[in-house]
Amino acid sequence: MKKAVFLLCLTAFIFSTVLAADFPTKPITYVICFDPGGESDITARIQQPYLEKILGVSIVITYKAGGGGATGWSELVNRATPDGYSIYGTNLPHIILQPIQGGVPYKTEQIENIYFFQTTPCTLVVPIDSPIKTFEDFVKFASGKKSVLIGGSGQPSANSFATLRFAKVAKLNLTYVPFTGTGTAVPALLGGNVDALMTYSTVSVQYKDKLRTIAIATEQRVPFLPDVPTFREFGYDVVEKAFRGVAVPPGTPSEIKRILEAAFAEVNKNPEVRAKMEELGFVMEDYNEEQAKELVARLIPYYKELWDETQKMGK
Amino acid sequence: MASFHYLLNAIPQILTAKILLLMVGGVGIGLVIGALPGMSATMGVALFLPLTYWMTPSESLVFLGSLYMAAIYGGSFSAILLRTPGTPSNIGTIFDGYPMAKQGKGWKAILIATYSSLYGGLFGMICFLIFAPMLARIALKFGPPEYFWLGIFGLTVISSLSRGNTLKGFIGGFIGMMISFVGVAPIGGNVRFTFGSSHLISGFGLIPALVGLFCIPEVINMVVQRGQKQLFVEAKIERRTALNTFVEVMRKQIDLIRASIIGFIIGVLPGAGGNIANLVAYSEAMRASKNPEKFGTGVMEGVIATEASNNATVGGGFVPLMTLGVPGTPVDAILYGALLIQGLRPGAELFTTRADVVYTFIVGVIAATLIMVPIGLLFGRGMTKIVYKIPIHVLVPVILLLTMIGSYCVQNNISDVYTMLILGVLGYVLRRFGFEAGPITLGLILGPIAETGFTQGLLMGRRLDYPWTIFFIRPISWVLIALSVVFLLWPLIRKQGPSVAGGKQ
Repeated sequence: MKKAVFLLCLTAFIFSTVLAADFPTKPITYVICFDPGGESDITARIQQPYLEKILGVSIVITYKAGGGGATGWSELVNRATPDGYSIYGTNLPHIILQPIQGGVPYKTEQIENIYFFQTTPCTLVVPIDSPIKTFEDFVKFASGKKSVLIGGSGQPSANSFATLRFAKVAKLNLTYVPFTGTGTAVPALLGGNVDALMTYSTVSVQYKDKLRTIAIATEQRVPFLPDVPTFREFGYDVVEKAFRGVAVPPGTPSEIKRILEAAFAEVNKNPEVRAKMEELGFVMEDYNEEQAKELVARLIPYYKELWDETQKMGK
Repeated sequence: MASFHYLLNAIPQILTAKILLLMVGGVGIGLVIGALPGMSATMGVALFLPLTYWMTPSESLVFLGSLYMAAIYGGSFSAILLRTPGTPSNIGTIFDGYPMAKQGKGWKAILIATYSSLYGGLFGMICFLIFAPMLARIALKFGPPEYFWLGIFGLTVISSLSRGNTLKGFIGGFIGMMISFVGVAPIGGNVRFTFGSSHLISGFGLIPALVGLFCIPEVINMVVQRGQKQLFVEAKIERRTALNTFVEVMRKQIDLIRASIIGFIIGVLPGAGGNIANLVAYSEAMRASKNPEKFGTGVMEGVIATEASNNATVGGGFVPLMTLGVPGTPVDAILYGALLIQGLRPGAELFTTRADVVYTFIVGVIAATLIMVPIGLLFGRGMTKIVYKIPIHVLVPVILLLTMIGSYCVQNNISDVYTMLILGVLGYVLRRFGFEAGPITLGLILGPIAETGFTQGLLMGRRLDYPWTIFFIRPISWVLIALSVVFLLWPLIRKQGPSVAGGKQ
């Protein structure tokens, strides 16, 4: 009996070391914490065939939606097996804001992001037939007004904070009106219920024929919207974007993390992937595990401050 | 008439073996998903979306469209036979469908639902073809203040839904709204009423709540009423029932058209769908009827209203999706993603750049609506037989198991099963005290719509001297306010009518 247990342990030991040495040997589950058909799903679907080619196993995409991603991320830190065979899509600022708001069973620091591969920067858009043609027109229109209505997706969100920040540095009376998503924000703008939208680059690209983008909240102009100036070009320091990346459960061996990190880096280099992503309005970024950690550490106090500011305003 | 030419061209497109197979498959899957308590059309489309990533755009859209249409129809089966809305669009079907089933006329109720769904589905698709560009512009005028009033207007439906005690109806609606407030606030993101529990962060899911509130009390009743061996006994089916019922339903043209128009319009509005449409249509049918007191006892018009209206929302929802690139119902939001993944951008230009895809889709969904009838009848007949034959002591555990699986499937989350069971017991207790599930679910559905519209409206009103006046200065709001007042006072108006004319009977 003892012998059997020993043998069992031995095989298990050998098996596990072998597993770590040549990972992966079985399909990897890529969990999307939002519904199918959303931007996270679309991104994962573009990456999927390339990841499969690089890692040599199939990538199974599954969905764990709910609570704006919180359901999936709680599972990631509390229940998922740290063997590299389940990886989870993550989003900034979501994974920073949700713990600040409270009530979610995970902490930002518990999420081990191994790569951030893209961003969707905030953009300021008006209807295509609006008399506001340029950013200067918008500032002129907004100056001295009691309230200019800026719609956007969610609150707190990158959109709401970009609006807050813009109002502050430009000294404009902007009222942020949150919508449940771009699906309701875009018709609100087209129907004249709000004056402009603070939205994402993906909306700017996908609704090109209906909306005019007058400014983008990035450090430099983005390749797929070359004529759109940045806020900084006008002297307003507004840089705000949502990041999309991938994380592994806490405790995943670092050699496995290296393999996954390298795979995502390689996918991001592929010109076909880049073309497909940019066509949809995603900005390609490369943050490996270390850089991702730095980024999150830098953003936590930043978002904490913005959240406190919003809380004060509400009172 | 360029579009007519495209339509004709699309017909041979769908007559390929593969597309036909996808339509039949989509309809079959949709029916099963719709009929399963807890599995809604939205979930069904989401579940099968990844399967379409390997199809061509036309195939993908036809398949998902067929599944969507059939799921909304299939939900009527469990509403009629099990008193459980198969999807949130079939809530109202319970009110008259289940009493019919209890009287042994379950098969007839299913026939009525089938023909009404066919009518509403076709009506919605044809309206979509004719009115799409015009209506999309009107839908855009619908802003936050209008959504607030739509929520209020929806609540006034309670006054006709709650027979007997209107006050209890409104209290029920209030309870439903309170339940809907639990979790992260739709605006502002503050977490409220969760009592520190992480299970409650995303609030009470609508689907587990519906299953719990409608189905569980009935299951408890089955257990409590001992001595009963069968759920109910099927009446003798007359010859040619299928054909005769078809003629009967088609004679109710006014009811069919009224319900279809309501469904179509509510479908066009972004963010509102069949869950609201079927209840509004039901209450409208009741208001128009000469015998409103008979509603709820198993009248045909009740089933016609809900089933024609919910299938009409399908075509309605396509209007903003296909002309503006804005989803009209939750399912359309998933279809939007399906289009993007196929490399197509939903919106008016799709009609010119990829007319082949758009018209194949439209013709495909219309064809699927027709295919739905024979497959649905086959499936419905089978389900009726099973429910009537199975003894209660087998039926009860089967239903319980199905409801638990259904609630779990919504988000693969066990807390949804607890939600369902807890609300089920609560629903049973409340029912004993005369609070019906209908008004409670109405509050649950409309709470978030009214709340979101209210907060957004107040923010919009900041440019006015008094922000709240925004709710009273917009023309579409006036229409909704007027409708709400009429609806609210209708029982009183109604009561006075006959007593003046004919005295007490």
